[in-house]
Amino acid sequence: MSFFSEIASKPWTDEQIKVDDQFKGHTFTLPKAMLGLRVLLVVVTMFFTLLAIAYSGRMTFEDWQSLPEPGLLWFNTGLLLVSSVVFRWTKSATQQGRNGKVKLGLFLVGALAFAFLIGQLIVWQQLADLGHFASANPANGFFYLITGLHGLHLLGGLVAWGRTTLRVMRGKIGQEKLLLSVEMCALYWSFLLVVWLAMFLLLLVT
Amino acid sequence: MTETTSPEDDIVPPQEVPEMDLYHPHSFLTRWIFSQDAKVIAIQYSLVAISIGMVALVLSWLMRLQLGFPDSFDFIDAADYYQFITMHGMIMVVYLLTALFLGGFGNYLIPLMVGARDMVFPYINMLSFWIYLLAVLVLVSSFFVPGGPTGAGWTLYPPQAILSGTPGQEFGIILMLASLMLFIVGFTMGGLNYVVTILQARARGMTLMRMPLTIWGIFIATVLALFAFPALFVASLMMMFDKILETSFFMPAMIEFGEKMSYGGGSPILFQHLFWFFGHPEVYIVALPAFGIVSDLLSVNARKNIFGYRMMVWAIVGIGALAFVVWAHHMYVSGMNPYFGFFFATTTLIIAVPTALKVYNWVLTLWRGNIHLTLPMLFALAFILTFVNGGITGLFLGNVIVDIPLSDTMFVVAHFHMVMGVAPIMVIFGAIYHWYPLLTGRMLHNGMGQFHFWVTFLGAYAIYFPMHYLGFIGVPRRYFELGETTFIPDSAHDLNAFITVAALVVGFAQLVFLFNLFWSRRNGIVAERNPWKATTLEWQTEHMPPTHGNFGKDLPIVYRWAYDFSVPGAESDFIPQNMATKDVKLAEGMTVADLKAEKT
Repeated sequence: MSFFSEIASKPWTDEQIKVDDQFKGHTFTLPKAMLGLRVLLVVVTMFFTLLAIAYSGRMTFEDWQSLPEPGLLWFNTGLLLVSSVVFRWTKSATQQGRNGKVKLGLFLVGALAFAFLIGQLIVWQQLADLGHFASANPANGFFYLITGLHGLHLLGGLVAWGRTTLRVMRGKIGQEKLLLSVEMCALYWSFLLVVWLAMFLLLLVT
Repeated sequence: MTETTSPEDDIVPPQEVPEMDLYHPHSFLTRWIFSQDAKVIAIQYSLVAISIGMVALVLSWLMRLQLGFPDSFDFIDAADYYQFITMHGMIMVVYLLTALFLGGFGNYLIPLMVGARDMVFPYINMLSFWIYLLAVLVLVSSFFVPGGPTGAGWTLYPPQAILSGTPGQEFGIILMLASLMLFIVGFTMGGLNYVVTILQARARGMTLMRMPLTIWGIFIATVLALFAFPALFVASLMMMFDKILETSFFMPAMIEFGEKMSYGGGSPILFQHLFWFFGHPEVYIVALPAFGIVSDLLSVNARKNIFGYRMMVWAIVGIGALAFVVWAHHMYVSGMNPYFGFFFATTTLIIAVPTALKVYNWVLTLWRGNIHLTLPMLFALAFILTFVNGGITGLFLGNVIVDIPLSDTMFVVAHFHMVMGVAPIMVIFGAIYHWYPLLTGRMLHNGMGQFHFWVTFLGAYAIYFPMHYLGFIGVPRRYFELGETTFIPDSAHDLNAFITVAALVVGFAQLVFLFNLFWSRRNGIVAERNPWKATTLEWQTEHMPPTHGNFGKDLPIVYRWAYDFSVPGAESDFIPQNMATKDVKLAEGMTVADLKAEKT
């Protein structure tokens, strides 16, 4: 039942009482943690959307000077893309219960994500060497702000990844819990990839 | 009478709600300090919020002393005054009201009222409180750094917020922004808990439309906060960059002391948009829980079902949605495209429709009710009056043409204090008088309560009614002193002195209230089970106060909505939500059929 048809029901009528008495206590057939993650993703989407709006609003002023796009950014984007794809693959390995592949997958994902973060730091270094400091122009400020925040979100994801990986290494996790953890991490990775692509596109076209 | 029960009423549905894994504390430290029990966290949140709220109350006295008796107090200079304004506003709106309604009432009432053993992520819930406490400590620390707290006004508008000349420009503003960001991180953790608990952890039979309006109010307010706070976070972070890294997100090119500053080309208006995109929903983040709670207080004390329950839910959802498209009405005086102003004036007037609908429904709930003038009811009634007052002046100010001359006057101060200061605080008091027995097992002292109510209610009007008048004659707000201003008559100064006296008296009454909280903890009359005869689940727990895990061995099963008051045919004038129809004691000569017939 959709939210709107649910709030249209009349809880005091006899017919509705019969229906309501059958209600099992949860609105969605999702694990609680997964719903929590999805709500969080909505909040983060809001966050980056606001940044994007602020960016495009600020762009219209005449002192805006676009930033050069170092080629390394393309490489980093590739790393994040592969990392996200590997996570999908790890997820299906988990579903099939192939523990060896899961470990390999998790290891690869982490390595790629760290490589992405290091790559982003190198981009910062390159830009700073060219004299594009955060304070030099609003475009620079936004670039550092957006890439920095995206990186921080990925770091947060790596904490979750680290916990899952440690548990897998110790073998101290049930199949069901492991699958949920991997599914949630994979979702978060794909989400951060989409956020990055959107932000990268925004930086490219301006 | 049981022979008339139809067979289908005998069926008790299976539980089917899975048990939660609860963290069981083993020591004093994990039970009371680093507790993962939502009830303890709620009390921690409330105590911190009330303590910091007291600081803000004292700040308001200092401001009033200066306004009422200028030139009399050496220890208040203009810079102090701006710091008082800023900290008073920010503390009251964010650190007191938001934290108390969502962190305090939300944590205590959500699991109990929806029939859950605890929040779904207890550990994150605990973190939420500790980050909130850290945010408060960072904020308080700004009183002790060189230059003191920021005096930029609670809206923190750039460029002045970070320029020299504004008090607290050195460290105060940095600490303020850091504290806000911490608060938002902490709140988001709590907010995820509230939303997921309400959606996924209800008792069997507790459909969305069987939830008490208190939970609806808290639920939608939390959703609003989750959407709105990111805007404040972005704004704070960008301003922090402007302050520390000298970026120019919000800072235009400026000359200071004859020298060109390194800033250039930033847009202060952008900050205003971000701030008010948070700031307006914030009004409803505070108001919606108050709406919900007051609905339940009115229904319980009028012994009548809430009038138009579905409309009330729709109004809450509708107000929540509209809250995001009215923000620029705070910015009329910043200058905007007339069509833009027209749009925001229109949406502002439209949001009054669901709000007025709620007011009508509250009043119609009272109509021919069996009204009990208990303390919570007195506060609830005072809320309706105050909210209508503050709401109607809001309609004036929503129109661009009326707002522009009034915007910088005391009229606005009177308006927003009535509508989002006094009104929600009335509900907070009502709610504390209502739920105190549940928390402690004792009633608050009635005599002190009556004194507290009448002084607060009449006193609040003595403060804010004259303030509207001051605004009309043009007394500006935010001014440290009025000096010799020709258009301000002497009577305005007398009125200001009167308001100050009233404010001090009302402040004193709050001390009586605080004393009552502590005194009744030991000496109050022992409360009966369910002293207000309420239907909702929090009063139906095995123990009162509810223990760890909230309910006894079995989770409750819900058979009805939260408003079965004075059901014809039933012996008692209320039927708890977890009472099956076959268990309802019938009045003389009545059958279960009568019970049902009257309801439809």
